[in-house]
Amino acid sequence: MTAIDITLTVNGETMTTRAEPRMLASDFLREKLGLTGTHVGCEHGVCGACTIKLNGVTARSCLLFAGQLDGAEVTTVEGLGSPRRMHRIQEAFRKHHALQCGFCTPGFLMTVSEILETEELRTDDDIRDALSGNLCRCTGYEHIVRAVRELVNERDGVTA
Amino acid sequence: MKPASFEYLRPGTVDEAIAALDHEDAKIIAGGQSLVPMMNFRLVQPERLVDINGIADLGQVTAVDGGVRIGALVRHAQAARDTMLGTAFPIIGEAMRHVAHVAIRNRGTIGGSLSHADPSAEWPLLVSLLDGAIEITGKSGVRTCGTEEFFFSPLMTDLEEDELLTGVVLPSLPDGAGMAFDEVSQRAGDFAVVACGAVVAMDGPCIGSARLALGGLGDTPLRATEVEVALTGATLDDIAGIVADCAVDLEPNDDMHASAGYRRSLAPVLARRVLIRAAERAKGKT
Ligand SMILES: Cc1cc2nc3c(=O)[nH]c(=O)nc-3n(C[C@H](O)[C@H](O)[C@H](O)COP(=O)(O)OP(=O)(O)OC[C@H]3O[C@@H](n4cnc5c(N)ncnc54)[C@H](O)[C@@H]3O)c2cc1C
Ligand code: FES
Ligand code: FES
Repeated sequence: MTAIDITLTVNGETMTTRAEPRMLASDFLREKLGLTGTHVGCEHGVCGACTIKLNGVTARSCLLFAGQLDGAEVTTVEGLGSPRRMHRIQEAFRKHHALQCGFCTPGFLMTVSEILETEELRTDDDIRDALSGNLCRCTGYEHIVRAVRELVNERDGVTA
Repeated sequence: MKPASFEYLRPGTVDEAIAALDHEDAKIIAGGQSLVPMMNFRLVQPERLVDINGIADLGQVTAVDGGVRIGALVRHAQAARDTMLGTAFPIIGEAMRHVAHVAIRNRGTIGGSLSHADPSAEWPLLVSLLDGAIEITGKSGVRTCGTEEFFFSPLMTDLEEDELLTGVVLPSLPDGAGMAFDEVSQRAGDFAVVACGAVVAMDGPCIGSARLALGGLGDTPLRATEVEVALTGATLDDIAGIVADCAVDLEPNDDMHASAGYRRSLAPVLARRVLIRAAERAKGKT
């Protein structure tokens, strides 16, 4: 099958790259664009490691084809912050030890960046519910919930 | 786990999509949240993929004569937030919270969910409960059908290979109707083991009319029509007795998620819960 030109905006930069339309968006980002922050776990939509933002909302990049990215605006974890200039969400994760091996972390960060804007997250149960689409094999989730709780309190102007 | 090669087409209109389906091995992709996992496992290997995500007309919720029309490409998250649906059918927002996870709800569509026809899925149950008319467009025009004719069995529907599900019309409910949805699943976002939805209208202290739909108990969503008849004129205290045997004759799956017996015993519990909640909501309106 022949490759096609795919023009998209990634983390604010517009580019054109050739790929087969059937290539998974997760592989496209990692292999064609070198953006290896997006991780690949299950490749069937269950683990959430590959979560990106597509046109402003989270999506599983393993359930998208490269061909579908033509004309799209994508944000990956690299677009959130860098080791020197961490995003507030990344800082909260670091502070609360919300990661161990870090495999699941990019997906969690992308999901958190959305739910902080769209969900009320009044209780820790609400936070766990909203994060239920991201699996972590290391932390037992407790520290992830603590990091998100701090971010929610900050957002709502609550002092814990 | 990579999909096999396919020809990728992106029609801009319904007519172009129908033309693109005129091929012996073409498949529609909407949200891709059920299709792409199957393609990644190579359980499905279409030669041609017809991506309908660029057909803007299909992504609207609109008021129509006697009800609300939901375009096939309306996403689960969009339906949950939609104000017209929220006013006319608050049960949709209540049910969408149980569909998968945020990122999947952002992509998955009503048309895809109905076409995929998982007997535990929320949309098929809701459309059955709300007496929705499914609109199907093909080469020779548009036809509509109810859920009883549409759903055959898991993954099998009345859709022909070259037809597109274009929308669903939900007829308005009487002003005083209350509705409720609930399900039991193993973890938040998992497919339901059993799901139930109810619509109740009160007549003084008694039930004027009731509808009850069950998911996860057969090959398709089911309407408990005998229970619906028995509920007419009953009081809220009668509900538990009336629904007690609602699943005894059903033959649900016996699988790794739950045994058939457990599914059968969940049905009356959930049925009672949603009927009482719907009745209380109906009372709150009058
Ligand atoms: C981890 C995970 C958990 C999930 N949990 C749930 C859950 O709890 N409840 C639930 O209901 N769903 C769940 N889903 C499925 C999800 O809701 C899907 O979005 C939905 O089943 C299919 O919609 P889609 O738009 O993604 O369809 P697609 O995957 O694009 O298509 C599915 C099928 O329908 C056909 N099709 C799509 N649109 C049309 C159309 N307009 N006309 C004709 N044929 C069409 C396709 O050809 C394909 O065969 C889950 C998915 C995942 C990955
Ligand atoms: S790799 Fe995409 S959800 Fe697991
Ligand atoms: S930190 Fe290892 S999987 Fe989450």
